[in-house]
Amino acid sequence: MADRGDTDTLFKALADPSRRRLLDLLHAHDGRTLNELCEHLDMTRQGVTQHLDLLEAANLVATVRRGREKLHFLNPVPLQEIYERWIAKFEKPRLKAISELKKRLETANG
Amino acid sequence: MARSTFVYVTYIRTTPERLWSALTTDVEFMKQYWFGTHWDSQWTAGSPWKMVSSSGLISDAGEIIEADPPRRLVMRWQHQNKPELKAEGASHCTIELEPIGTTVKLAITHTIEREPSKLIEAVSGGWPKIISNLKSLLETGAIALQDAYPPAVSR
Repeated sequence: MADRGDTDTLFKALADPSRRRLLDLLHAHDGRTLNELCEHLDMTRQGVTQHLDLLEAANLVATVRRGREKLHFLNPVPLQEIYERWIAKFEKPRLKAISELKKRLETANG
Repeated sequence: MARSTFVYVTYIRTTPERLWSALTTDVEFMKQYWFGTHWDSQWTAGSPWKMVSSSGLISDAGEIIEADPPRRLVMRWQHQNKPELKAEGASHCTIELEPIGTTVKLAITHTIEREPSKLIEAVSGGWPKIISNLKSLLETGAIALQDAYPPAVSR
């Protein structure tokens, strides 16, 4: 359990079109039950359950129990961590250049 | 039942006590991962809370409904600054901490009884950055992101 959401589990979970489709479905409309998700996939209920388990193990899906229902939510936190690890760094110089430009232009205007 | 909810979960290598204080009472620590913002409250059931930005602006406020340190915090939450978000009325935010192995599972659930909701849209964009920074700061002592909304990213 301590390895929940680790990088290997995360990328394995993403490396499947059906699981990405499930994430797309939750992205479009969060908080769905297993039955609701099954309606949109040409797959057995058992298959969908297995995919959801893998997505939950990767922490890409969070579940909440409401009465007898289990609702599934897209959890973007691990994807935010990927962004910070590989993308945020490359934006910095560009951001700095833009903020310098803004500062210079605004000073000139004032 | 029209309702908008998001649920964010992360696993942080820390203790529930440390995470609780990082989320509530440790104001200076909070400002480091929350882009200068901090929460101000007594953190007891019935007491008010407000969220104060680095410039002193109160962006959100409400009351603590339930406080069970270091496990569970439920708050009534109303945006204060933007009229269209304030008009949506009160939402509820539940923060749950659960020790799992060497980590603490942090789950944040934010709900409002309407759909769609501009408030939920707004807070759902902010939380992942805050949580991710908090995790990074608690685990490594350094934050991942300096600015919540870098100027080049159009919002």
